[in-house]
Amino acid sequence: MNSKLLTTLSVAALVAAGSTVVSAEPLKVGVLATLEGTYTVLGEDGVRGLKTALAQSDNKAGGREIELVIGATDASPDSAVRAARKLVEQDGVEIVIGPLSGSEGIAIRDYSKTQPQVTFINGISGAQETTYVTPSDNFFRFNMDGAQWSAGLGDYIFNEKGYKTIATVGEDYSFVYTQVFGLVTEFCAAGGEVTERLWVPLGTKDFGSIIAALPDDVDAIYLGLGGGDAVNFLNQYQQAGGDANLIGGTIMVDGTVLSSKGSAKDALIGVPSSGPQADTWDDPKWQSYVKAYQDTFPPDQRFPSPSLLATGYYNATNAALSCLNETGGDLSDGQKAFRACLAGLELDAPNGKIALDGNRQAIGTNFVSEVVELDDGTLATKLVSIKENVNQTLGIEPAAFAKIGLPSRETPECKTAYE
Amino acid sequence: MRAFAARHPWWTAVIAIAAAVLLMLIFLVWPQWLVAGIGRKKVFLNALFNGITLGGLYFLVASGFTLIFGLMRNVNLAHGSLYLLGGYIGFFVAEWTGFWLLAFPAAFLVVALLGVVLQVVVFQRMEGQDLRQTLVTIGISIVAADLMLWAFGGDFYNIGTPSWLSGPMETFFVTGVKRSSGDLIFLKYPLVRIVIFAASVGIGVGMWLLLNRTRIGMLVRAGVDDSAMLSATGARINLVFVGVFAFGAGLAGVAGVVGGTFQSIAPGEDIRFLLASLIVVIVGGMGSIPGAALGALMIGLAEQFGSVYFPTYAVVLTFLIMVAVLAFRPQGLMGRA
Repeated sequence: MNSKLLTTLSVAALVAAGSTVVSAEPLKVGVLATLEGTYTVLGEDGVRGLKTALAQSDNKAGGREIELVIGATDASPDSAVRAARKLVEQDGVEIVIGPLSGSEGIAIRDYSKTQPQVTFINGISGAQETTYVTPSDNFFRFNMDGAQWSAGLGDYIFNEKGYKTIATVGEDYSFVYTQVFGLVTEFCAAGGEVTERLWVPLGTKDFGSIIAALPDDVDAIYLGLGGGDAVNFLNQYQQAGGDANLIGGTIMVDGTVLSSKGSAKDALIGVPSSGPQADTWDDPKWQSYVKAYQDTFPPDQRFPSPSLLATGYYNATNAALSCLNETGGDLSDGQKAFRACLAGLELDAPNGKIALDGNRQAIGTNFVSEVVELDDGTLATKLVSIKENVNQTLGIEPAAFAKIGLPSRETPECKTAYE
Repeated sequence: MRAFAARHPWWTAVIAIAAAVLLMLIFLVWPQWLVAGIGRKKVFLNALFNGITLGGLYFLVASGFTLIFGLMRNVNLAHGSLYLLGGYIGFFVAEWTGFWLLAFPAAFLVVALLGVVLQVVVFQRMEGQDLRQTLVTIGISIVAADLMLWAFGGDFYNIGTPSWLSGPMETFFVTGVKRSSGDLIFLKYPLVRIVIFAASVGIGVGMWLLLNRTRIGMLVRAGVDDSAMLSATGARINLVFVGVFAFGAGLAGVAGVVGGTFQSIAPGEDIRFLLASLIVVIVGGMGSIPGAALGALMIGLAEQFGSVYFPTYAVVLTFLIMVAVLAFRPQGLMGRA
């Protein structure tokens, strides 16, 4: 009896308070990031991006204080689902931001279908399948996928660099398939030829034999490797006296590799690449974002400039914050107003404008860049060209795009036209 | 040798033919049909040599592990952490002093000292309690991994090779004939891998000599066979234990420097090398140094040949070897039942 009375009283009090302030209760936001295992550094920088966005808005949105609950994953799909379950079912978060890695994204998309009351905003995971195949109504992705991140690169290496034949080396999983998919469709349409595609298991540390197996009759070699695998490849490639032209995948030239310790990374100087950002872009909006990132964390606790993981989480957080502001923190009625806002949002992100398509997948800006050595000896990517309004079908007719098939080891075929 | 041939004439013939085929594959110029069948000779030779050199690295890590196990029946699951720590120490010593060679004694000494502390503070307190030791070392490895993450961050560290060791060198192995001029093309191979392999062979032979030809080695071998009896004869067995543990740990530290030089050091490598040395000693036989060498060689070759000829299943191959050994010779190839 007593407790019932108390509940009634508190509800009354809340309603009364709610009429003056929108809502006094803090808003619980869950974060999924790879804070364990090989991708620890990447996850840490993602969280930094998220905190930069929160710091800019004083940790408030729609009049409500934001309360963060962080769930650590290790880049495996089951760890992501485990962490998400804890955030949603135990901590009762209303919004989840994350995950980071490709296969995690696919798993979280499936999990989100079982939790329709929660809104999921992808961190930076980039497998095509996540939003292209059986998309989930409450899963939003404000970053482009791996294939979109390849946009512009195929043209650039064919027309500007003059590479007519290339071979690719990539880690054997969904994200790299997607990246190679984007590269091959554009490069082959331009007239280039992909002679060979080598796949290595994720986590390969000794590339000696792969390096020997690289064809020596091609103009350049595309490297779709990330993290420790990338560092090891470059190190052993230098030891073996390799001198072919290299082309970098998006995470090959990411801050995590470019700021690794030792001289392995020097092999990347001058290497063309593409992705959702160019570190030294002089756009004022980008520069002010870089500064905000640098101001939020002391130099020894961050990268020289934000990695694309930080940018991804920053954008995802800003999308959530601006829609919370627009709806006044109103998450009632199955978060209807909030989701409608997200779906229609045009995010003015530091790396170009981002809008969502019908599958709640980002249409955004892509950057072709080259790796340069800065005056202070650190490496960064320098802008070569910008490609705007890159959509998930890469400008190919949706029906023709569907016919190419889903990214895999041998898909897409190298053809001059996809129709 | 002759006795073996007399007892197993069939096996001797098979081994002799296999060896002859291997030598021909290595030294002859491959005919067209062979290249069409299994690819270029350069790829094969590289896979072979890389497998052997990678085996050298695995041997360095696993020999310490197997030595400690053989003598003290300690399954030291913190062995991977010792490897990782050695790598970090090696990186900073090489960076500060500018001498790559200095990284080896530094890593050896520091990690060996840590091994002494581990042995005295942890293992001597729970002698003979296998399960407890196993659990405690798992705990130590988790704590050590987090401490190192805190101290060194999650960056990838790559120890730079000195200029006289970097780059490839020309070997006398022929990989093919130039179509235009008819000149022979010789295999180019990274110098640093050759040096590292030679060093691990040196260490292996040194260890074997130490164990089989010296008084200390005799003490250690006696301890392996029956430590209770050995201590009853008045030998100070605890001192031997501490020494062996320190040496095994130090080897792991040295291996860390080697690994950091031709691969890289980062969080997670500790687990990878712990797993590798577990597989190596399971295949080779717990407690046997020649077994560790054989196991390391097999695992290294399996990884490298797997990565070129059937990349999708490369990871499974090492485990298949382990399963086969466990099924048909559970004590390991060189292990004693």
